[in-house]
Amino acid sequence: MQRSKLGLDFDKVNYAKGVSRKIADNVQEFVDSYTTVSVERTLCRLLGIDGVDNNEVPLPNVVVDEIKDKGVLNQGVMYFLGNAIIEAGLNPQQAAEKIAAGELDITQLPSHSVEEAHKALKPYINECIDKIKARKAKRDNYIETIGEGPKPYLYVIVATGNIYEDVVQAEAAARQGADIIAVIRTTGQSLLDYVPYGATTEGFGGTVATQENFRIMRTHLDKIGEEEGKYIRLCNYCSGLCMPEIAAMGALEGLDVMLNDALYGILFRDINMQRTLVDQYFSRVLNGFAGVIINTGEDNYLTTADAFDEAHTVLASDFINEQLAVIADLPEEQMGLGHAFEMEPGLENGFLYELAQAQMTREIFPKAPLKYMPPTKFMTGNIFKGNVQDALFNQISIWTGQGIQLLGMLTEAIHTPFMSDRYLSLENAKYIFNNMKNIGDEVEFKEGGLIRTRAQKILADSIELLEKIEKEGMFTALEKGIFADIKRPINGGKGLDGVVEKGSNYFNPFVALMKKN
Amino acid sequence: MSGGLYSTSSNEFDKTLDLTKIKPYGDTMNDGKTQVSFTLPVAKGEEAIEAAKQMMKKMGFEDVQVVFVQELMEGFTFFNCYGSSIHTVDFTSIVVPKVESTTMDMHETDDFIKEHIGREVVVVGASTGTDAHTVGIDAIMNMKGFAGHYGLERYEMIEALNMGSQVPNEEFIAKAIEMKADVLLVSQTVTQKDVHIQNLVELVEMLEAEGLRDKVILICGGPRLSHELAKELGYDAGFGMNKYADDVASYLAQELDRRINQ
Repeated sequence: MQRSKLGLDFDKVNYAKGVSRKIADNVQEFVDSYTTVSVERTLCRLLGIDGVDNNEVPLPNVVVDEIKDKGVLNQGVMYFLGNAIIEAGLNPQQAAEKIAAGELDITQLPSHSVEEAHKALKPYINECIDKIKARKAKRDNYIETIGEGPKPYLYVIVATGNIYEDVVQAEAAARQGADIIAVIRTTGQSLLDYVPYGATTEGFGGTVATQENFRIMRTHLDKIGEEEGKYIRLCNYCSGLCMPEIAAMGALEGLDVMLNDALYGILFRDINMQRTLVDQYFSRVLNGFAGVIINTGEDNYLTTADAFDEAHTVLASDFINEQLAVIADLPEEQMGLGHAFEMEPGLENGFLYELAQAQMTREIFPKAPLKYMPPTKFMTGNIFKGNVQDALFNQISIWTGQGIQLLGMLTEAIHTPFMSDRYLSLENAKYIFNNMKNIGDEVEFKEGGLIRTRAQKILADSIELLEKIEKEGMFTALEKGIFADIKRPINGGKGLDGVVEKGSNYFNPFVALMKKN
Repeated sequence: MSGGLYSTSSNEFDKTLDLTKIKPYGDTMNDGKTQVSFTLPVAKGEEAIEAAKQMMKKMGFEDVQVVFVQELMEGFTFFNCYGSSIHTVDFTSIVVPKVESTTMDMHETDDFIKEHIGREVVVVGASTGTDAHTVGIDAIMNMKGFAGHYGLERYEMIEALNMGSQVPNEEFIAKAIEMKADVLLVSQTVTQKDVHIQNLVELVEMLEAEGLRDKVILICGGPRLSHELAKELGYDAGFGMNKYADDVASYLAQELDRRINQ
């Protein structure tokens, strides 16, 4: 039996997990019957389809748009690509090129059974599985041989817009001790219904996520890691309309961490909930299989809702996100569930409440590499105070054993980080993590005190909320604005026209191959 | 500790305040003391420190001290420096265009609208273009507001619609027409490569093309916006950092009153 420093009742925790599982099962029931254009494009990518046509349209889009236009998206790309091998002797890449050239109507080929189509595709499926396994083995081997930094991992962002400039910024950060480099995506990419192609040098507020950009950064980080004697993880954003495609690209190129949260997309990007929950399931299966740590976006709720008043919604969402990940067979050790240090700095005893929240989250998800987000909402442009706010945030993280420390920048709210901002931020964290290393082992919390009382209350409130969500169902709960005070209609938002119910010939063998259970 | 801070040699200057020639203030009038930090793309070493000193001199500082030097990676060195500025500014000749309104609290604004306009004022707001940030528009419009200042949604006499982020200008205008908006509120947070300027200008041009520009009070806001820039781009007002819903609501109520009743 796990001992709680907060006097948490683990029967209540297990009860909350049970309720969350019911919520997640209910979502999954829907998910299992549907596919989306992005799931289908992902399958194209996994079968080796890559490149663009003469108009710069990615070939996975060409193929999927073709079967969608013909009204047979519900049968899925696997079926048609399998047929093309049998009937025309074309491998998936060749078939895609022929479709792009207008030389092949893949939906009009004489049709074979699902079994035959599946059999024809097997070599391509196996090649893909082997490739991802090899990529995972490479990471595991690095961690075994050159090692990795201790937790909390130091996570910093680069966001120049130019992948080659990002490489320089990433190198500086890695040399100064960063464990994870996140390449922020260009503004608006989450709403593109395709993944751009090739190396890119133009972006607003970030750099375009492309497979080539992934490759460039991963290759460079491997080199620095070898020199520094420490594996450096690479993070990107597996969210938005191309969620599973980015997961596939990341799995193939050796990304280590992916933002991956449908709830975030629904609430903050107004992406249709049906679309993105279907997309999320397949993306989590992929991330789970590839050994990628997912990060969930609960911290964002607190940028609109109040961190003190709405703390229980963060925990409730973590509970649900955990169960949605379990269903996708994503191991607990890869669940970077999110929370944040976002209470108003003027709040009396705010530090104690933040401490309660962080310790509580740690105890409730003991194996998860929790993603802890820094203060952003109340960063003011007073960089000197900002550095102190970040210091308090770092103290809580080392005290409560967080997994991934998304480092705060003293220049938050002013500009994307300068090279020197990252240095100051890493110095701040390293100083505190070393200076306070074992404080969590030494200090207990007073019975009946502020910290214990607060944590117990948040757990109780979140259970109440989960019961309400379970009763109404996740979709209705989202329609009513249960998270972050934001309401989203089930048939509203972006991407709904890319969702279809699966037809009789539909198959996706990757799910079974990638899931262990 | 070397000379600089404790040296008396540089203290021989006039210590009386002259508003036509002001300078940064450290702890003595007209000492010009300024802290500066920057990175130079060179390896750490004596030459790098000398380069930092020369950079400071070219920026207009004397009695330069380089107090902290840190190599960030091979070929990049970070400096913290102090210096005394040789430049002065004539404070008496400064003119800054400001939003002309008296800031009232929520109840005063509601009362003002009741008395002077006599109906609810319709405000449509959005973070437009590719900008995904809702933090600015939420701070002004959401019920809860920000830092103790209630948002426009809470005002009894304001009908507020927050369209959220990444709203195309076309959709924004369509909604404004549909709701017969009195006031349009545009938030822009991302300013890289001046993307906000292009987007703000595009909105003005589209409103002009629709013949709507003079029919609405057009306001923009964001951390990198000023009233002066807003006017330059064809907006009626601009609100930058440290402005809250009260400021925006007071302005729009008084401006609407001016347009209707004067």
